[in-house]
This record gives sequence, structure tokens and C-alpha cells, in this order.
Amino acid sequence: MAYIRKVFTGFILVLPLIFSSLISSESSDYNMPIGVTEVSESIFGLHMLIFWICVVIGVIVFSIMFWSLWKYRKSKGAVAADFDDNFWLEIGWTVAATLVLVWMAVPSTQVMVEAYDDAEGEINILITGHQWKWHYEYLEDEVGFFSNLSTSQEQIDGEVPKGEFYLREVDEPLVIPTNTRVRFLITGNDVIHSWWVPDFAVKQDAIPGFINTAWTNVPEPGIFRGACTELCGIKHAFMPVVVRAVEREEFDAFIAEKVALAEEERMLTSKVWTKDELMARGESFYATNCAACHQANGQGIPPVFPSLVGSQITMFDSNKHIEILMEGVQGSAMAAFGESYSEVDIASVITYTRQAWSNGEKGDGVIVTPQDIVAYKNRIDL
Amino acid sequence: MSTVVESHDHGHHGPAKGLSRWLFTTNHKDIGTLYLWFSFIMLFIGGAMAMVIRAELFQPGLQIVQPEFFNQMTTNHGLIMVFGVIMPAFVGLANWMLPMQIGAPDMALPRLNNLSFWLLPMAFGILISTLFMPEGGPNFGWTFYAPLSTTYAPSTVNFFIFSVHIMGVSSILGSINIITTIFNMRAPGMTLMKMPLFVWSWLITAYLLIAVMPVLAGVVTMMLMDINFGTSFFNAAGGGDPVLFQHVFWFFGHPEVYIMILPAFGIVSHIIETFSRKPIFGYSSMVYAMASIAILSFVVWAHHMFTVGMPLAGELFFMYSTMLIAIPTGVKVFNWVATMFRGSITFETPMLFSIAFVALFTIGGFSGLMLAIVPADFQYHDTYFVVAHFHYVLVPGALFGIIAAAYYWLPKWTGNMYDETLGKLHFWLTFISVNVTFFPMHFVGLAGMPRRYPDYALQFADFNALISVGAFMFGLTQLLFLFIVIKTIRSGKQAKPEVWEGAGDLGLEWTLTSPPPYHSFTVQPQVK
Ligand code: HEC
Ligand code: HEM
Ligand SMILES: [Cu+2]
Ligand SMILES: [Cu+2]
Repeated sequence: MAYIRKVFTGFILVLPLIFSSLISSESSDYNMPIGVTEVSESIFGLHMLIFWICVVIGVIVFSIMFWSLWKYRKSKGAVAADFDDNFWLEIGWTVAATLVLVWMAVPSTQVMVEAYDDAEGEINILITGHQWKWHYEYLEDEVGFFSNLSTSQEQIDGEVPKGEFYLREVDEPLVIPTNTRVRFLITGNDVIHSWWVPDFAVKQDAIPGFINTAWTNVPEPGIFRGACTELCGIKHAFMPVVVRAVEREEFDAFIAEKVALAEEERMLTSKVWTKDELMARGESFYATNCAACHQANGQGIPPVFPSLVGSQITMFDSNKHIEILMEGVQGSAMAAFGESYSEVDIASVITYTRQAWSNGEKGDGVIVTPQDIVAYKNRIDL
Repeated sequence: MSTVVESHDHGHHGPAKGLSRWLFTTNHKDIGTLYLWFSFIMLFIGGAMAMVIRAELFQPGLQIVQPEFFNQMTTNHGLIMVFGVIMPAFVGLANWMLPMQIGAPDMALPRLNNLSFWLLPMAFGILISTLFMPEGGPNFGWTFYAPLSTTYAPSTVNFFIFSVHIMGVSSILGSINIITTIFNMRAPGMTLMKMPLFVWSWLITAYLLIAVMPVLAGVVTMMLMDINFGTSFFNAAGGGDPVLFQHVFWFFGHPEVYIMILPAFGIVSHIIETFSRKPIFGYSSMVYAMASIAILSFVVWAHHMFTVGMPLAGELFFMYSTMLIAIPTGVKVFNWVATMFRGSITFETPMLFSIAFVALFTIGGFSGLMLAIVPADFQYHDTYFVVAHFHYVLVPGALFGIIAAAYYWLPKWTGNMYDETLGKLHFWLTFISVNVTFFPMHFVGLAGMPRRYPDYALQFADFNALISVGAFMFGLTQLLFLFIVIKTIRSGKQAKPEVWEGAGDLGLEWTLTSPPPYHSFTVQPQVK
């Protein structure tokens, strides 16, 4: 019995040590990452300060409590005293608690003022949360792109081994320059999302109809991984954030390339497309942008997401089909893709869905070209 | 005193027989029992959902359920635990104990009492039935932020709204009854500042409920309008404001979290004084602390919204006001410790649960304080750190308070002592599994795992497996509790009127026989 008690006491004594070593270790598997920016470092320092204050208060209160439980146990013959109040003691600990809180509030306010700064950045990036991907637009250069999860469905379903960056990798990361004040303007396209990069200590909700701001200034190049932190529907866990910070020259080259690509895309709109070209492009566009809801086989998840196979619209009504893709369906999860994607993309995905899954044989098989989309846009603008 | 105290000499002392006893009962004990069993059943339903969640999260990858079902599980788990377990259990305890603690024969409004209970099975019947509808049940989190819960919601959201309305009516009627009872039916001599702390805690809670349930009803009604009648309260495309939803929701939501803890404060105070054999330390400061918590709880709501993009002044205001709440909360903890100090302490099961309550609730208070620090909250918000925080205040907080109350008063209710060995076994298994489940959540949260995720990155795998093991252990252990309760109802050592040594002086309920008569006090006792 004595032996058991000794082991038990030893265990209780060692426990805080284990936890504190876990928590103060630099490994971010147990604790908040220190991050790479000045703000993230201040926040980490603040977090540890508050944590240790809580630990000290906890140790004091719990020691008194457990000591009393031990010392005044009836089995040892303790007889209860009969005091039940002490005015000055009550005042004393109320004042003490208040002072400790003031001690916490001062540095918290300082760090908050440091982190909160909505002045313009040298680079301003509009971040839009979509179900379920991020869109990044460089406001100065008017170029933008979507960033989708690149982990394969097979990895998620456990059919193949999971890679090192399982669920933390995207097809195209956001690229920002180092040692530059970068401001993020964050908004939502459909529901509320939240854009979080722990290493920058930036977390801002992406809310439809609002533009929130946040900023960072990253000193060293690197790849930083984050997540969406506001429940946004089925694929909330599957829309990670990846940011690549690069030296200024590399960043400029990246932007130049994006600008050129955008120019090329504009040229493509006027080009004459064959059915096969449209189909190929449409198939891959469908896989990244539509399959989440309508599924790879086009059958959807009725009644929530309708099947596109054999539907009146996909087989016989190409005008309605264009309209749905351009405007979305009000009051439903079907977004207006036309606002964010090029005419080529929209035309090719429409053509693809009208041909695939035997829609082509059974329906009218109309081919929609980028020029049709341009024509639609012109009609709407009138 | 206008209440007529009948002298029961006309013969029909006992309850009616069979089902009609429960359907038509207006007796505070029968209704209390109904509430408690309802809450117990809901604990197992909500618990089963938690088991589904933890089974899916045992490993990275999607193996057991798909995200759409996973989201329905998290949402309904939260709704059921909050509205179907914690709140009804406290109302059940209030029904049983308030009349007995204030020396009254029954509640003031017995028919209303029956109605408030029977609304609940309807509300939850409707809510749970949505899970079997083709579009599935609510899947937008228990906080149901618009527009995910309006424009983007499955059409079953209308059932959800209806069910929330019914729950709200039930809570409001229950609160009216409680306030009326406390103000009108106290025994002569029981001034407000002589009321037992559990009565005080419920008086304050009932006011909170009356203040905020209409706000909840308002917000779901606005949703209903947006969904079905073309308004745009929360729809940005129509000129509405999704953030407005969050302000209104949390104006209800933060007082709601105190609704779920104040009655536990009352219970634990009684248990600690009983088993320390020493009156509660600082009775009046305990009352003032609860009152100030309740008042402050109306001005801290936006601490749930630090990342929605408030102005700096707003962020700072809500940080300071939230930190203020820690003061009265701390005072309560200090008073409990001071009550134990120089007592004569024994460790029966209710006391064990209460000691664990003080220790673990305090840990939840610490993490709450950390969450109040705005810049740090940018990192904590919507991660498992928050999940750890609210489970520490709700499971070893509110739920331990309820379990402790059950052990403390079961002998009084049934006339039988529970099995102390099994009770202690239940305590230790629960205590260990609760910590194995919820403590590591702090770590995964800090390391960056967001909440409401059906799947996660590989570096969180070890902790998640551990958490799931703890959760299964916790779930199984509560079957032992069910067994103990049933065993106590059916048999056990005969309990004395005072049940616990020296409790006779501590409250009127201990002057009644165990089990107490059907109409608690037919003659009002005199309180000195
Ligand atoms: C977020 C989920 C989601 C995504 C992603 C999505 N859709 Fe939809 N889609 C819907 C929903 C929901 C409807 C039903 C709208 C309604 O009528 O209420 C719909 C309807 C449609 C329809 C009309 C079907 C019919 O017969 O009524 C077409 C065509 C369509 N989507 C095509 C697409 C294409 C092409 C893409 C990819 C560019 C896409 N959708 C991406 C959710 C989605
Ligand atoms: C010292 C007292 C407390 C403080 C300072 C505090 C502070 C906070 C803060 C700041 C948050 C928001 C965290 C975030 O989302 O980033 C939060 C969340 C929460 N708290 Fe507390 N809290 C305290 C006590 C309690 C108590 C007593 C309860 C309930 C019994 C409670 C229940 C909750 C719940 C349920 C949430 C999460 C809500 C959600 O997002 O789903 N808290 N708390
Ligand atoms: Cu999300
Ligand atoms: Cu709160």
C-alpha cells in the first residue's frame, strides 16, 4: 500500500513536468507555433505569459485545496471549525484577482494594437473564400487564380498511402514576396469561411458582403500551411491554405508570368475551338470545380445536389445551361461560376457536361463555344 | 401568504396509476423525474453521436462516415447536449428540489409545469426525425451561422427552427414557474439572503432564460423569414448582414453558457459544505458573485467573434469585459476552497465529483481567460483549443454538477442508499476518461487542428487516437452510472431522513422522510 502510494505521489509530481516540457518545446505538435513574423512572435510570447500566470495561480489554488483535503480529512480525526465568512479575505482576493487581470491586460492591449493595423500594403491581395477553395487576386496587377486541395480522393479514402502533406497541399499556393508589407483583403463568395495561417498569426473570417483586412510581413522565404477555420459545408476540412514566401525578384517573375498567362487566356477566347479541345479542358475543369457536388459520374447527391445525367437542362436547354453557370441558382449552393472563371472555362465545362455520360447521344449534343459565352455577356450588359 | 396548504385527510395521497400518472401529472417530483429521465436518455443519444464523431476521427482519412453525415453528427450532438441534456437536467433538479428546499408543497404553477416538460419530447422528436429525412438533418453546427444555415441549408432547417421555438417556449414557461415559486412559496422566515444557494442559482438562471430565450426565438424567426419569405436579414446579396446573425446569436449564446453552469455552482456549494461539515464560506459573496456573473454575461458576447473584423475599440472592450467575468468566477472557487479549509472532510461519491468539479472547471476557466486575450484568440479561435475549453466547463463542469447532484439526492428521492463502491468506481473511471479525452484537445488545438473537421493532417494523428480511446471509455462508463441509478431505485440500504451525517441542519429537504411525501411540505416549516 505504502509502495503504491509512493508511486502514485511520484506520478502526480512528475506530471506537471511532463506537460510543461511538452508545452514549452519548440515542436509545434504540442503548442502554438512561434511563427515567422514579428506579430506571431509577440502573440506567442503573450500566450506563454498568460499560460504561466494561469499555471502559477492554478498551482497555488490547487495546492491549498488538496492540502486541505488531506490535512482535514475526517478519517484522521479532523474536527470542523465553524467560521463561515471573512470580509477582508473576500475583499483581498477580489483585489488580487483584479490586479492579476490588469497585469495580463496591459501586454495584451499592446500586442493587439501592434497586430491591428489596416493601412494599405505594398502588395494588396484580395482573398475570396468559395465552397470549397480559395481565390487569390493581386489587386495591383489584376491577375488571380484559384487554389484547390491537391490531395487525391484515393488518399482520403485510404486506398493509397497518405503523403507527407496530406490535406495541407494545394495545386497553386498563394505567392507573396518577403520583407514586404502584404495586406490581405478577405471576403466570402457564398458562406462564411475563415482564412488562417498560424505562422503569420493571421486569422480573418471571409464573410459575404464584407471585406476584412489583415496584413503580414514575412522576413524569410518558406512554405506556410494553414486552413479554413469557419464551418462552410461538406468540404470545410478540404480547403487548406498554402502560402509560399519568395524573394522579391522571384515574386516579380511570378507575377510577370501570371500576367502573360492571363493575356494568353484572353487570346484563347477568340480562337476557334474544336469539340475535342473543349471536352478535354472541360473534363479537368469539371473534376476540380463541379465534382465536389455533382460527383465525378455526374449523378450528384440527390436531393441536395441534382444529377446532371439526363437532366432536361443538360440535354435540351443550352441557353438555360449557360444562364445557370453564369448566374448561379439564387438561394441554392449552385454558385455563379461566370463571375470568377474565363469564357473558355465556362464554355468547355458546359460542352463537357452536355456530351459526357451519354448526355450527348440522348440529348441535342449542342456544343457551346467561348464566343457563345461572350455573346451571352454582351446581351446581359445591354 | 396566499397559498392554501391543504391538510390531506381526504384519502388520495398517492399518484395515479400507469401511464396517466406521467402524462397528466402535476406533481413536482413526478415532473422532476420525467425531466431527469428525459435528460438521461438524451445523454445517451447525444453521446452516441459523439461516439460516431470520435470513431471517424480515430484515424486520419474518411473511413466510417462521409462529411455530410459527420456535420449532422457534430451539429445534433451539440444541440442535444446543450438543450436536451444539461438544461432539462437542471430543470428536473429544480423541480425536485426547489419546493423541498424552500418548504413548499409543490411548484406554484403545476399545470404549466406539466406543459413545459411535455413540450420537450416533441421538440426533440422533431429535431431527431430530420436525421431520417432524405436531405438529412441540420448540418451547420450548433451555432448555425447564416448563410450556411439559411441560403445553403437543407430544407429540414425549417423543422429545426420549429423545434428551437418549442424548446424556447418550454424554457420560458419553466422559468416563469420557478421565479413564481421562489418568490411566493418560501417558508415563513426564509428571507432572500437565507435561501439555499441552489435556489439562488436557479432564481438567477431563470431570469437569464427569460431574458435570452426570446432573442434566440427572434434569430431563428429571422432565419425562417429569409428562407421562406424572401427577406434578407442575413443575406448579403439582398443588403443583409451575416455578421448581424452572430451578434444576435451570441447575445443569446453567452448568457446561455452561464445558464448551463450557474445551477451547478449551487449544487456544488451544498455538497462541499455537507461533506466538509462546515457551512459554506462567504455565502453572501457567493450570491453576489453569481449575480455579477449573470449581469456581466450580457456584455461579453462578441468574444466569440474576435475574427469577424470588429474595430479595435470593440475588440478591446470585449476583451476587458470578458476578463472581468473571471473575477467573480475566481471568487467562487476561492470560497469553495475556503469551505474545505479546516473542515472535517469525507469523500463520498458526490463529494468526489464536486472536488473534481472545482479542479477541472477551474482549468476550463483558465483556458477561457486565455481565449479572452484577443490577439492570442486569433490563434485559438475555432480550433480544438476552444473545444477543450468548453468541454472542460461543460463536462467536468455542468455534467459533473448534475451527476454529483444525482448521487447527493438519490437517497433522498428513492429512500435507498446507492452502492458507494460502484459510485466511486464510476467516479474514477469518469475522472480519468474525461481528462484523457479532453486534455489532449488543448495540444492538438494549439498545434493547429481546426474544429468541425471530419478529417485532419497526419501530425494530429496520435493525439486524436488517444482522445478517441478516452471518449469510448467515457461513453461506456456512463452505462455504469445508468446501472447504479436503476439499482438504487430498486433496492439499497434504507436512507435516513438526513441521509448525510449532519445534513439535517443544512437544508429543509433533509427534514423530510426519505423518500419524501408526495406533497413535500403540507405544513410550512418555520425558518429561524
Ligand atoms: C457547391 C455545390 C455545387 C457545385 C460546386 C456545383 N454545383 Fe451545380 N448545382 C448545385 C445545386 C445545389 C444545384 C441545384 C440548384 C437548384 O435548382 O436549386 C445545381 C444545379 C446545377 C445545374 C442544373 C441542373 C438541373 O437539371 O436543374 C447544372 C447544369 C449545374 N448545376 C452545373 C454545374 C457545373 C457545370 C458545375 C461546375 C462548374 C457545378 N454545377 C458546380 C450545386 C453545385
Ligand atoms: C472564466 C470564465 C470564462 C471565460 C473567460 C470564457 C471565455 C470564452 C471565450 C473567449 C470563448 C470564445 C473562444 C473562441 O471561439 O475563440 C469561449 C467559448 C465558449 N465557452 Fe467560455 N468562458 C468562460 C466560461 C465558460 C463557461 C462557464 C461555459 C459553460 C458552462 C463556457 C462555455 C463556452 C462554450 C460552449 C464556448 C464555445 C462556443 C462555440 O463556439 O461553440 N465558457 N469562452
Ligand atoms: Cu471552411
Ligand atoms: Cu462566451
